[in-house]
Amino acid sequence: MNIDRRQLLGTAVALAGASTLSAPAFAADPIKVGSLHDLSGGLDIYGKPMVDALTLAIEEANAAGGLLGRQLQLVNYDTQSSMQLYTQFAQQAALKDKVAVVHGGITSASREVIRPVLDKFKTLYFYNTQYEGGVCDRNQFDTGVTPAQTVEKLVPYAMKKWGKKVYVVAADYNYGQITSQWVKKYTIDNGGEVLSIDFFPLDVTNFSSTISKIQAAKPDFVWSALVGGAHISFYRQWAAAGMNKSIPMASTTFGVGNEQIVLSPDEANGMLVCYNYFESVKNPVNTAFLEKFHTRFGADYPNVTELAMGTYQGFKLWAEGVKKAESVDRMKVIEALETGVSIDAPSGKVTIDPPTHHCILDVHIAEVRDKKFLLLEDFPQQKPADTAAVCDLKKNPNDNQQYVIKF
Amino acid sequence: MDLVALLAIQVLYAIASLALMSVGLAIIFGMMKVINLAHGEFLMLGGYAAIQANRLGLSIWIAMLIVAPIVVGAIGVIVERTIIRWLYGRMIDTMLATWGLSLFLVGLTTAIFGNTTVGLSAPLGSFEIGQYRTSAYTLFVIGVALVVLFGVLAILRFTRLGLIARGTMQNANMAAALGVNPNRVYSITFGAGAALTGLAGAIIAPVSGVFPTIGAAYVAKCFITVIGGGASIVTGTTTASTLFGAVNQIATYVTTPVFGEVALLAAAIVLIRVLPQGITGRFFRGSL
Repeated sequence: MNIDRRQLLGTAVALAGASTLSAPAFAADPIKVGSLHDLSGGLDIYGKPMVDALTLAIEEANAAGGLLGRQLQLVNYDTQSSMQLYTQFAQQAALKDKVAVVHGGITSASREVIRPVLDKFKTLYFYNTQYEGGVCDRNQFDTGVTPAQTVEKLVPYAMKKWGKKVYVVAADYNYGQITSQWVKKYTIDNGGEVLSIDFFPLDVTNFSSTISKIQAAKPDFVWSALVGGAHISFYRQWAAAGMNKSIPMASTTFGVGNEQIVLSPDEANGMLVCYNYFESVKNPVNTAFLEKFHTRFGADYPNVTELAMGTYQGFKLWAEGVKKAESVDRMKVIEALETGVSIDAPSGKVTIDPPTHHCILDVHIAEVRDKKFLLLEDFPQQKPADTAAVCDLKKNPNDNQQYVIKF
Repeated sequence: MDLVALLAIQVLYAIASLALMSVGLAIIFGMMKVINLAHGEFLMLGGYAAIQANRLGLSIWIAMLIVAPIVVGAIGVIVERTIIRWLYGRMIDTMLATWGLSLFLVGLTTAIFGNTTVGLSAPLGSFEIGQYRTSAYTLFVIGVALVVLFGVLAILRFTRLGLIARGTMQNANMAAALGVNPNRVYSITFGAGAALTGLAGAIIAPVSGVFPTIGAAYVAKCFITVIGGGASIVTGTTTASTLFGAVNQIATYVTTPVFGEVALLAAAIVLIRVLPQGITGRFFRGSL
């Protein structure tokens, strides 16, 4: 068979035409929801519950008929606790799979890796982790709590209970570095003193010299912003040295990786934390949510974490935005969310704060008691005041940076 | 003064844990010239073996001191029979094969145990030095390290098994001509190295916790120690651990853990530059 150039061109044009014609049929295709979470490597203690929560949220949405009459499809990328894979998969999600939104990023380091990629390729991004605050980017929504919502509450609470001298131990990357500065700020604001701030790379497992240093410094309490599986050994070594009986501890990260279940009650009891969500939060939405969650993932599922709930709520907020915009188009959804979309979530009411793209939500101080969290005090509807002090996306929609606390 | 005593204990502990973790590698690398990149995973398996045995109701001491070395030793023998024995004398190939093994073991343990950190609470409680407190388990680790190092030395030096093992490693053909079965000696030696590694993994499990990828945190330090130590197994491990453990712990106390690691690596680089054959390549030559 001979095909001359003209015929070939004709066929190509016809094919191109056919593919253009088929475009309207695309509407019936599922809406792709990208998910970039670590499901292996050192950070998967955080990533697995987040993906489980996102899976449930998408299944619920599909069971209710999907969004805009279309089903939703979870496109999950396992970033394997590797920053390089974050870049690669963010590009793949935006360019190859053309997802409508990306949910994900766990550490602040991974967020700062994918944020510029998703900005560049104009793909809406939801970061659902509690973090150090300050990100100001119109393409991104941050559904986790920030220091003005948690540290600001927990520092005075702990100081009133235990005393004014604080010793801070923190993970050595942007989260720990910035969060520890917030701890310092609020401690000084409340008339206290930070004796020292020690940073630890994520793979450090020997804390013995730090424990001696803390003893020599004699603080009234220790503040932990430690992160990941290796750092759990700090709490073990602390208890093994008998220190948990004499110097109490508060934390901005404890429990996010289910540390309260991994450690024995003897090692972890008495630790103070402050988050948006605990399983013990009482409201009908949470009761229904926990029942569905345990039906889906088993009655013995250890604990729905702060980050899992952040992801669940992040998805719900996005879905609300899509419904309001009646489109999955990035700008339309952003504009819809910027009207101050609000949902009744398991943690209580969660509302997008338009100028910062962060959330107004409930927070609670809780104490670890026998592998569970005992709620001590509630702070309803807290605003992201830290980010709001520096970021106004209404006035400067083109602002695109992470503001860092300075003193 | 109290603080000095406390720091001294911690420096000793750092040395002891480094020596304990490295001695199994020193046997496998030093005697058999096999670069076992799955060493960190053997440590991890020791930790899991102890924790699982403890969960099944065995006392923590039996779980750590007996179950873990037996389990990991048996795994070591299986690994030697199925993978390593085809690769003697091919150092680069053993590296590739054991690296693959390490990935496999990480995947397997993740599939079985999940990727959350598990651990035991350290037994023995704590004791006071003046106004400072530290864990009594620290002293136990130092004790175990001493027993293991002297034990290995005694077996190599004074038993027939040790003599045969040393002879086979020096010249397998000659040993075979004298009626020794080199294959069996290789198996036993590799198994013994693995068993000691399993023991070390179990001993440090209550301090550091265990998760499938924890081996990565240890393997580099162990290799630095063994290479820094040089040809002699016990003397090399002990001297190198003393140097690196002390440098690391003191630098960590004076500055931060980051500079502690930097100081350890800097010490290792200087050492290898000055003594390319390791400490025992120059000093204590011919010791065990």
